[in-house]
Amino acid sequence: MTKKLGLVHFLLTIGALAMVAPFVWQFLTSLKTLEHATSVPPTIVPDGQWSNYTKVFDLVPFGSQFLNTVVMVAARALGQVLMCSLAAYAFARLRFPGRTVLFGLFLSVLMVPPQLFIIPQYEIIADLGWLNSLPALIVPGLFSAFGTFLLRQFFLGLPAELDEAARLDGANPLRIWWSVMVPLARPGMIALGILTTIWSWNDFFWPLVVNNDPEKMTLSAGLASMQGQFLTDYPLLMAGSLLASLPVIAVFVVLQRQFVEGIALTGTKG
Amino acid sequence: MFYLWPVLQTAYLSFTEAGPFGGPSEWVGLENYRELISDPEVGRSLVNTLAYTALGLIGIPIAVVIAALLSRPGLRGVAIYRTFFFLPVVTTPVAVAMIWRWIYSGDFGILNYLLSLVGIEGPHWIADSRTALIAMVIVGIWMGLGYNLVIFIAAVRGIPRHYYEAAEIDGAGPIQQFFRITVPLLSPTIFFVSVVSVIGSLQLFDLVYVLAGGSNQASRANPAFESMETIVYLFYAEAFQNNDKGYGAAIAMILLALIVALTAVQFRLQKRWVTYD
Repeated sequence: MTKKLGLVHFLLTIGALAMVAPFVWQFLTSLKTLEHATSVPPTIVPDGQWSNYTKVFDLVPFGSQFLNTVVMVAARALGQVLMCSLAAYAFARLRFPGRTVLFGLFLSVLMVPPQLFIIPQYEIIADLGWLNSLPALIVPGLFSAFGTFLLRQFFLGLPAELDEAARLDGANPLRIWWSVMVPLARPGMIALGILTTIWSWNDFFWPLVVNNDPEKMTLSAGLASMQGQFLTDYPLLMAGSLLASLPVIAVFVVLQRQFVEGIALTGTKG
Repeated sequence: MFYLWPVLQTAYLSFTEAGPFGGPSEWVGLENYRELISDPEVGRSLVNTLAYTALGLIGIPIAVVIAALLSRPGLRGVAIYRTFFFLPVVTTPVAVAMIWRWIYSGDFGILNYLLSLVGIEGPHWIADSRTALIAMVIVGIWMGLGYNLVIFIAAVRGIPRHYYEAAEIDGAGPIQQFFRITVPLLSPTIFFVSVVSVIGSLQLFDLVYVLAGGSNQASRANPAFESMETIVYLFYAEAFQNNDKGYGAAIAMILLALIVALTAVQFRLQKRWVTYD
């Protein structure tokens, strides 16, 4: 038995190495001088060129982009958890005319690619004069069909007797949502919060089109424009891309369990 | 309404053309669609997108095999492996593309250096129209593997242990168990994952944008760009670089039609290979 597991470990280690090696190379390159990074044959040992990291801040408004990203991500995550849980509660528990039809429409939206929303949303943001601003980044991401679906599945799994009892005690639907459903559905809401955080952090298309002032960009759009600007300064590009992805990687490592459970939930109940 | 309205608006827009100097847009009927059919860039982007989507499906069997390996009874360190496989999923796609752009670099890239050690002269991966699409597929699979893996692991855990025990008593080896028990019982999950990943692949944008160049101008200067451009990239270029929202909307409608059609085909085909118990 142990012999067989040895082979399994061998195969998995090769796989894991293929996953990590590009990041190791990114880190090593980020600490080299341009001259060393592009020498042939390549040098492995870095030069301790930490100045590449400070250069990122000097050459690009990295600080503002970082702040924009954090504000956008926090607002979207909070907004989605709140609004999607309200909508999900309505779909899961309240009886209202047209509920089934409306939910069917909702499900079909999950299949519609976001590109179909982008032009009209862009026009609205432009009409409001919000291009190149934080609200442009935040507002269209405050709600999602996916989040509503996820939380609805969660609410459906909760015993109906609980809100029955609350209703007999005279609580209105809003009160039931807040005092009964929200506390019980905490794991689902946390999962949605984490998923939204990571997806928003990595979102690219929308931030790219609405904000083109470097000061107002998010990190992913900022990185892309840095790539376009410093095409071959690889140490600088590696330092920037590492800095920009580190925060989400940290969030993931700390909250790994909830994150993985959230994804497994969408996969097994979809 | 929140969602339906913009979709209808996009559909409407696809029949219009913006007036000169940002004036009111005018109804042009099927003009945009007529233009679409004769536009070689559209045809090219469609071919690239479909090729990328088809090749990207190779990632699914890889994920199933790794999930099966990770679910071997008594295996230790599962959480650590999972973390490694998941790292690319949580990394900003733009950053991922930047790392791979550097790895793929023709003259200074580590990949071509490693190949030269075994006597192979590597191509200029993302600047060579013969390899650029494959190079993107590799990055796409690398990036998405962990996500599919997590879903498959959860599904493998749901398979009752005694199936395997019974198979073992009947003398079935691990490989036979994999094909006779794991794969058939996972087929609904495999179906779900392939539907989701086809929809995702059809919307490829970030990798093209950064791997090809990092800006619209730089991308178009890339000699391999014609073999990398996808339908969503074209949508971006037309709607937001050329500011032709009507034409962009028409491209978005094509994308929607493509997604609906391919998903319908998959649902039709599932009856042949997916087993529900």
